[in-house]
Amino acid sequence: MHSGIARALFELLSSMRFAIALLTILSIASVVGTVVRQNEPFNAYLNQFGPFWFPVFEKLGLYSVYNAGWFLVILAFLVLSTTLCIVRQTAPMLREMRSFRERAREASLRSFAHRASLVPAVPEADAVARAQAYLAHAGFASRVADNGEGTLLAARQGSAGRIGYFLAHGAIVLICVGGLLDGNLPLRLQVWLGDKHTTAGNQLIADIPESARLGTGNPSFRGDVFIPEGRTTSFAVLGLGDGILLQELPFNVALDKFHIEHYENGMPKRFASDIRVTDRSSGETTRHTIEVNHPLTVDGITLYQSSFEDGGSKLAIRARSLLPGRPGVLREIEGVVGESLAFGDAAAGFAYTLEFTDFKAFNVEDMSGTRAAEGEEGEAAARGMDKLQRHLGSGAKGSEVRDLRNIGPSFTFKLRDAAGQAREFHNYMLPIEQDGRWFLYTGLRDAQADAFRYMRIPLDEDGRVDAWFAIRDRLLDPAQRDTLVGRFAARSFPAGRGQDAMRAALVQSARQTLGLFAEKGYETLGGFIEQSVPEAERGQAADVLVRILQGLAFEAWALHRESAGEPAPELNPARATFLNDSIAAISDSHFYGAPAWLQLDGFEERHATVLQATRSPGLPLVYLGALLLVLGVFAMLYIRERRLFVLVKPNEALVAMSSNRRALDVDETFRQHVEGLAAVLGAPVPASDLREGA
Amino acid sequence: MEIARPAPAPSPTPTGPAPAHPLPGVLPAALPPRTPLMRRLDAFDWLYALALVLGAAFALVRYHPVMDVYDDLILVLHVPVLAVIGWHWKPFRAFLAAVALLALASIALYQGELARAEQTFLLKYLISSQTAIMWMSALIFIATGAYWLGLVGRSDFGERTGSALTWIAATMGTTGLFVRWYESYLLGPEIGHIPISNLYEVFVLFALMTALLYLYYEGRYATRRMGAFVMIVISAAVAFLLWYTFTRDAHEIQPLIPALQSYWMKVHVPTNFIGYGAFAVSAMVGTAYLLAERGILATRLPTLRVLEDVMYKAIAIGFAFFTIATILGALWAAEAWGTYWQWDPKETWALIVWLNYATWLHMRLTKGLRGAVLAWWAVVGLLVTTFAFVGVNMFLTGLHSYGAL
Ligand code: HEM
Repeated sequence: MHSGIARALFELLSSMRFAIALLTILSIASVVGTVVRQNEPFNAYLNQFGPFWFPVFEKLGLYSVYNAGWFLVILAFLVLSTTLCIVRQTAPMLREMRSFRERAREASLRSFAHRASLVPAVPEADAVARAQAYLAHAGFASRVADNGEGTLLAARQGSAGRIGYFLAHGAIVLICVGGLLDGNLPLRLQVWLGDKHTTAGNQLIADIPESARLGTGNPSFRGDVFIPEGRTTSFAVLGLGDGILLQELPFNVALDKFHIEHYENGMPKRFASDIRVTDRSSGETTRHTIEVNHPLTVDGITLYQSSFEDGGSKLAIRARSLLPGRPGVLREIEGVVGESLAFGDAAAGFAYTLEFTDFKAFNVEDMSGTRAAEGEEGEAAARGMDKLQRHLGSGAKGSEVRDLRNIGPSFTFKLRDAAGQAREFHNYMLPIEQDGRWFLYTGLRDAQADAFRYMRIPLDEDGRVDAWFAIRDRLLDPAQRDTLVGRFAARSFPAGRGQDAMRAALVQSARQTLGLFAEKGYETLGGFIEQSVPEAERGQAADVLVRILQGLAFEAWALHRESAGEPAPELNPARATFLNDSIAAISDSHFYGAPAWLQLDGFEERHATVLQATRSPGLPLVYLGALLLVLGVFAMLYIRERRLFVLVKPNEALVAMSSNRRALDVDETFRQHVEGLAAVLGAPVPASDLREGA
Repeated sequence: MEIARPAPAPSPTPTGPAPAHPLPGVLPAALPPRTPLMRRLDAFDWLYALALVLGAAFALVRYHPVMDVYDDLILVLHVPVLAVIGWHWKPFRAFLAAVALLALASIALYQGELARAEQTFLLKYLISSQTAIMWMSALIFIATGAYWLGLVGRSDFGERTGSALTWIAATMGTTGLFVRWYESYLLGPEIGHIPISNLYEVFVLFALMTALLYLYYEGRYATRRMGAFVMIVISAAVAFLLWYTFTRDAHEIQPLIPALQSYWMKVHVPTNFIGYGAFAVSAMVGTAYLLAERGILATRLPTLRVLEDVMYKAIAIGFAFFTIATILGALWAAEAWGTYWQWDPKETWALIVWLNYATWLHMRLTKGLRGAVLAWWAVVGLLVTTFAFVGVNMFLTGLHSYGAL
């Protein structure tokens, strides 16, 4: 009874139908991990799935499907089933490979799909010899047996194909076992059995407890080695779930220099790390360069170029105040990427932590977007043949005008308030040209998942940024409001022309406009119009307000220049555009959310390389498996096993053939052999019944 | 039939192993030769082989400065491989010769200057890379039409035209890729690379491979009636290619990002596309099978047995090459990313494709599961393959960054 169940289980697991089911299940299971992005930080999942589904999916292991228990169970079934299949097939297959089936009966030969009856012209004994010679010549191994019905020649060919079965299916077991050794199962076993615990990633190496450290003896791991230029490390960081473990390496790695090279069009061309490896026991040092696609193996550990980061570039920064009534530079800051400092001012009532997160010396962008309108017209003009023409010729050119430009260095930082809320900023060092105007770009976002929204600070005609700050300060500072409004009204309605009443009215509305604009820029102005002006007159009212605003901004600019001893500007179209850009940026600056704009004055770049260090004990198994798999698959699919029987009787030679793969070429082969045999036996070739189904 | 020299009567051993060569004298010359290939070779075959050797030698000498040892090795290995293909499949020799002539003519016309693509009539309108690929695209569409006319209108002429045009299309496409390879070096020695590095280039490769595999089966089974179906999938690929060219300017040659600067790419990608091409053929033949089984076009299409056989042959060759391709990909990943397998979506989908066809092959070995089920499965297989090929790049993110749409 018991053994009956075991037997049935064995039959099931080793059956072809089970194999088909298993392969299908494995395919479907694999899909899951390609739909959910794998091994992201946990709070990214929390954002994506919400607080209800997040823990459910975590329990199901969806964030690391291919290491999840249920997935490993399916793989284990594949290994088990393939192994059992091999076990079950071994004896019969070996028997098949050795046997000639020389005991085949005439009745069974006559029921073969491929059979033919020849009438030899030579005596029986002669016919046997000739058929035998033919079989040897055609590459068959054969046996002769007298089975009572006649002389049976049992021949076979291509039995080696069966070895392919063992090679390919054995290879699958090898590859799975090797892959398991190199996966994170060994690591998880150590955590489980060796009482190790993962720890949080954001701490100093010295603070990481002993329970989260793995010794150099660890047989299998894969982790990141982070080294800033000029520094040395001897650790790799292994991620496991939401925590990390620290893997000690048997050597020290120092980064001398990290290289980034670009092609002319800005695409990356080469990433390379010049490193020094020092063996800790012998003290011996060797120099190497690691590049993408050119790893280095030391002590059984392979180091690969995985990525790079900023390694603590030094930034010289000037914080230009955005606080109304406090123009000028708030502070000069010496920042280091990856570090943070306190940024506060008791008088102004703000206190932030300033965290420098990244620096890039190059930013290559496609600046053709600004010419999109032009491009579209061109597109409409080029139709039909013209358009085709543009795509003929060499593959060297695109038909679009792309304008790739290096727009210079940029850096990112976060301002974190006392409550821990952070806002991230992305500032460019150099101004960027757009339609002949120059702007300094500064981007902001509240969440990592958002795109940066950019504020464009316009430069004046001399390429200075001061003008904008001065205009802004005067427009937003209540203390300067009366002066501005007064000058504006006086310029519009000069004294002594009997326009006093109109001037008073203008002062009134200019003061109101400025008051509204100082609150939230265009937003408050727009709200005001919506509330107080009937719908039909809104467009006109908005026009008036904007013109007042432009006039005020012009006064602010003139005041600024006068105070610097420069002549007041004459208004022209370029300057009017500058004022419009300025007002737009001032309006945006209400939502900037920082007390200052951080201007990058200088930098000293420093890269850090991220290498991946792996020790993979399963690698030889997997590579051997891969080789056997290819050999096995080709053998199974392309070595054709054929069995040819010739039963020689006094007046007949019965020819029959069998094959283990029912393919069409069996017909053809059989016909050739029948013709060959007929030739040596001097028999006429039978007309039909050669082909199955013919 | 006369037997030249009757042998003396042997004393047949009643049982036991047969001697290795009993009575060598009895075999008449009329027998099919034991090693058929080598002896079946005629003067043309040897001329072809000689041309391959000379061509390879010429390339080795001429382009030595830009080739590393792996390139040399691959080039040399191509000689026996192409020789054997040409010996087994005669029309391939003419195809290769035409490609070689056109590509060399194009290179000669370029005289090392890219600008000549705009100035020289033959380059601009025939054999610069883009133009050649445009010719391929146009010819593929016309060939599809011709095959369908042939099939529906029961016209041999239509089918012969389709076949000839497909051959020319494949010739133009292959020439286009070779010339593109050359053009990339004209852009700058550091930019030059084999044109199989982005989605645009591999789509051309896919169209070529599928067409050539189909043409092989067309010759092998001596029927042009499957062409109408197979050409549909090639036309679809070409339609995509054109859309990609005209709306995205995808044909512009781009330099290689560091991750792709590897000799593994040169072997991994083409191997993969033998797989994709073969799977595409099997699916379209599967479609023909399903129609014929329902009596649609049944009198025009080859018999179900032939269709089933082509389907099997295509999946077998596709599976074998896809196995190699996936392994080569793993070896490459080990070198570039530090691990041979990391369940990147592209890798995972390659595995799914592979498992799918392994399942198909097992189903065929299982009694009862034949015919329609297998044909349906092959059609679904193409959907899975297409997703692995383009869908992953469109919908999923991963390390295979080169293929984004
Ligand atoms: C990833 C897993 C597997 C792969 C890639 C694979 C591959 C193959 C291939 C390519 C063939 C040859 C098919 C043909 O000639 O048309 C084959 C045959 C076969 N497979 Fe698998 N197989 C796998 C798993 C299994 C499992 C789990 C079993 C058993 C439960 C199994 C049992 C067999 C058997 C019995 C044959 C027939 C062998 C013969 O008659 O020569 N396979 N396999």
